[in-house]
Amino acid sequence: MQQGETPIAFTETVGQAVRLTATNIAAARLGLEAGLTLADARARMPELDVFPADPHADMDWLERLADGCARYSPTVALMPPDGLVLDIAGCAHAFEGERPLAADVEARMARRGILARHAFGDTPEIARALARYAGAPAPDEARAVKRLPVAALELDADATTALTRAGLKTVGDVMTRPLAGIAARFGEEAANAVRRLAGDHKAPVKPRVRIAPVAVERRFAEPIARTDYALEVLEELAAEAVATLAERHQGGRRWEARLFRADGHVQSLRVETGQPTRDVALLMRLFAERIDSLADPLDPGFGYDLLRLDVALAERLDAAQLRLEGGAGAAATGATQVAQLVDQLSTRLGRGQVRRFRSRDSHIPEQAELMLPATADAPASAWPEAEAGEPPLRPIYLFDPPQPIESVMAEVPDGPPHRFRWRRRVHEVARSEGPERIAGEWWRRHDAAIPTRDYYRVEDRRGRRFWIFRHGLHDEQEHPRWYLHGLFA
Amino acid sequence: MSESSALIARLRRIAAGDAPAQAAAAPVDAWLARGLGRAQLHDIYAVDDEDAPSGAGFGLAVALAAGALPLLWLRTEACERTQGRLHATGLIELGLDADSLLLGIVADEAALLRAAADAARCTGLGTLLVESVGPAPGFDLTATRRLMLAAESSGVTILSLRVGAEPTASAAATRWGVTAVPSNALDQGAGEGAPGFPAFDVECLRRRGGPAGQRWRVEWDRDDKSFRGASLSGAGVPVAADRTAAHDPAAPVRATG
Repeated sequence: MQQGETPIAFTETVGQAVRLTATNIAAARLGLEAGLTLADARARMPELDVFPADPHADMDWLERLADGCARYSPTVALMPPDGLVLDIAGCAHAFEGERPLAADVEARMARRGILARHAFGDTPEIARALARYAGAPAPDEARAVKRLPVAALELDADATTALTRAGLKTVGDVMTRPLAGIAARFGEEAANAVRRLAGDHKAPVKPRVRIAPVAVERRFAEPIARTDYALEVLEELAAEAVATLAERHQGGRRWEARLFRADGHVQSLRVETGQPTRDVALLMRLFAERIDSLADPLDPGFGYDLLRLDVALAERLDAAQLRLEGGAGAAATGATQVAQLVDQLSTRLGRGQVRRFRSRDSHIPEQAELMLPATADAPASAWPEAEAGEPPLRPIYLFDPPQPIESVMAEVPDGPPHRFRWRRRVHEVARSEGPERIAGEWWRRHDAAIPTRDYYRVEDRRGRRFWIFRHGLHDEQEHPRWYLHGLFA
Repeated sequence: MSESSALIARLRRIAAGDAPAQAAAAPVDAWLARGLGRAQLHDIYAVDDEDAPSGAGFGLAVALAAGALPLLWLRTEACERTQGRLHATGLIELGLDADSLLLGIVADEAALLRAAADAARCTGLGTLLVESVGPAPGFDLTATRRLMLAAESSGVTILSLRVGAEPTASAAATRWGVTAVPSNALDQGAGEGAPGFPAFDVECLRRRGGPAGQRWRVEWDRDDKSFRGASLSGAGVPVAADRTAAHDPAAPVRATG
């Protein structure tokens, strides 16, 4: 919370009342706390500044802080709404100990106006309870936990009150009781909470980022403020990562460069290649491509003090022999060239913008095929064979959703139309074939009857070929609508 | 590694005799069986929006006839919205193998040109099809010249499909106007009177270093990977500039000589 003189509160509508969800220190000093209705708060403090709460923005902010904390440890987990857990086992040496590390975290947070409270613990839950609840001073961790108030168990309000009334004021008091009794009286949840704080119940930390198989980083004593120098360093890092990958006979497919700014902002650059690679020049080209396509350009601001390059996905890549001669070699080169082009375009346009087609097992035309990113691995799929001697039965362009057509005139209700209007132009049908009846997938949806589609291949007098359908049979619907679904070559 | 092998591939291509210089000298009917000249830029115009599928079908067919695969199809998001998205099953029924098709979707015309310039230099591609809708002022003499040069050095055939645009100055080797024509109806059994094979009215609007103005009415034969059909016009007789004739094309007549 920002520390300031004006009392500030965030509000949210709960049921019929507008209630405070968070306050700043100035407001808290005046006795305003979360849960109070806005009307009461205003009555006590007329000049209260009120803003609507935005949990998504809070979460976004927390995630950005978590990204920033990646400089301390690769394992950072969120504890919404306002906590972060860092697994610092084996990470504190860079800061000469746990306490200087914590001091560095607090100093960095303070620079952004964030008041942070930290605690160390053997498990994430213990650390969380120690950071959130103040107990009496204690010589070691186990006793500090025992001296925490029962609220640190984070049970519901009734259970907490009941425990206090029973004379159990601290976590230590609860721990002396047999767990079976606690579970019988306050439920399994309460027993679990006690076990968690005793360190018996170990819940794994769910880190936000998967730990990269290869990670290289460079810390700078002085922040560097020039982007091109940062890129040179990135190139050196890429060379280091490639050397590690080469030892393992691997190549990287997903690379993430993170530039940590001195003020805590983290700029992340991701590139992906369709084939595993160890080509530094290619990587730098892709990173340059990525930087070009950024909406806001790289801004070193106060300078970068840490650069990190992760290889998020590595795959086997054996050293290839140079093949300057021979047909197979030439064909392989062509495929490699195309793969490089795909990588380059995917990096610039976005991963999903360069696509390949894959078939799906469905007879609904628009669901029978998928367009997958060309860089993604996908098994080769089987396509229906075109029947020899038959004209194409499927259009080359498909509208999804199908476009409604109007003024459809059909000679007989079940027959093909002989005139229709599409995009304000009337088409006189000269030739037609159909219907090809495609029923809905009734085994997928049981709730509603899906209208059957009767497809017609029609050609107008000028030779344009269309794929149109009537949505619903006449005995299914009173006035079935007509749609244009595709265009033939 | 890749540059030297690309160079060797190029030298081999020249040695094999299908260098760009020879392609230009081919007879005017050669494209019916072998597609448009490789390693060149060709403009394909579908002046009317509704002829877009015919233009695209023609572009795809000439790429297949030439065997210039894999094919990268670049289009804008506007194309994707107004023309509909590509339907692979239909493309397969024109004879394309779905695995040799790549689709790139770009935001606007500037990005389209930039992506096309990069793709044109990729020696691994067979054909690059660039689809744009409406007047695209970016496809000017400079841009097309650049594409043509890239095509000549990489060996990629570039087809610039211009939908709903009037022909503009361009450095392309050839320029084609494509409209749909009624197909030959199927004549057997149950399918009688059904629309037949894709049929196009194709006019050579411009040819670098050669006569232009020929018109053909062709039908795409997927199984044979070639066009069936004949020239509609006498050799080299230019067709009037306004294309109203194309809307009501003459009956298919086989040329006698």
